[in-house]
Amino acid sequence: MISAGIDIGSKNIKVIILNGKKTIGEAIRTSGENQEKAVDETLALAVKNAKIDRSDIDKIAATGIGRKTFKNADYVITDVTAGGRGIFECNNSVRTGIEIGAEESKAIRVSQTGKVTDSAVNEKCAAGSGSFVESMARALGINVKLFAELALSSDATIPMNAQCAVFAESEVVSLIAQNTSQKDISKAVHDSIASRVSSMARRVKLEPKIAIFGGLAYNPGFVSAFKKNLEIEEIFIPEKPLFVDALGAALLAQEKTVED
Amino acid sequence: MIANYGYMDGSGEYYITIDTDKCAECRGKMCVTACPKALFERVTDDYDDDVVKIADGKVKDIRYQCMECKPPGHPVLPCIAACTPMALKHSW
Repeated sequence: MISAGIDIGSKNIKVIILNGKKTIGEAIRTSGENQEKAVDETLALAVKNAKIDRSDIDKIAATGIGRKTFKNADYVITDVTAGGRGIFECNNSVRTGIEIGAEESKAIRVSQTGKVTDSAVNEKCAAGSGSFVESMARALGINVKLFAELALSSDATIPMNAQCAVFAESEVVSLIAQNTSQKDISKAVHDSIASRVSSMARRVKLEPKIAIFGGLAYNPGFVSAFKKNLEIEEIFIPEKPLFVDALGAALLAQEKTVED
Repeated sequence: MIANYGYMDGSGEYYITIDTDKCAECRGKMCVTACPKALFERVTDDYDDDVVKIADGKVKDIRYQCMECKPPGHPVLPCIAACTPMALKHSW
């Protein structure tokens, strides 16, 4: 069976096409202003990459914050369920998955069969999301990649007192005015995000193995700060952290079809 | 599943926790009508269980939605009192 999983996120749209459990095509692009058009284009690109015809897809499942906007989905699946199924497929010894996307973070605990047993989402506060990093890098006038790497070269512990992303930016500006080095500011920002995400994650009774996925999984500064905050040595990062929800949705489309 | 709906911000943590395994066994779902703010909605979840969840669009301000049911000294919240399987909890 060929299935497609479409993860309609606030910043990016990710599509995975599976033939059985094998990925045969994938695509990603920014959501932009016209989300509906962007979804169609991303799906078309994934179909092209898979070297199949759109009509070859048996079932489509949509997930992500914009999942209800895609009218051609056979199944609409919450991002918690899709994320849980996706991360379990990436590594079946994972029991807790932490996803940090552009606008929200979530913690998902899965059972030995991959079913979600506990979940918590924080979609209100930007201070625990990927867009916070982008905003702080912008305040420093450097790109996100460099900003993330700089944190690794600092040993400083500068507490950021602001609980809100907007006020935190003012705090960063104050640190710049005090001639605090970029690496120390970067570490302070990443420590601050790690602390917020950890607090949310603890709501689900963290159980190893712990995995992180979503955009911030690419950020070494965050990964290091997160491990330190949770006092864990090992953390699993899937090969394609951005596609975990899409993968879960595509798998669930097949599994639900069999159930039906 | 233990589903935590809510958020944390600078002022604290505001989560309503629903044990969907217990919730699925409840036929009445009386919490839906007990809440004066219509915070709960009845849905079929991804595992095809008949459960309640916090209505879309109300998660981000549950602290304020729940405020009038939480005056000092209030005995029991209407949603908690209506939830016979004891599947509901408030974190604050």
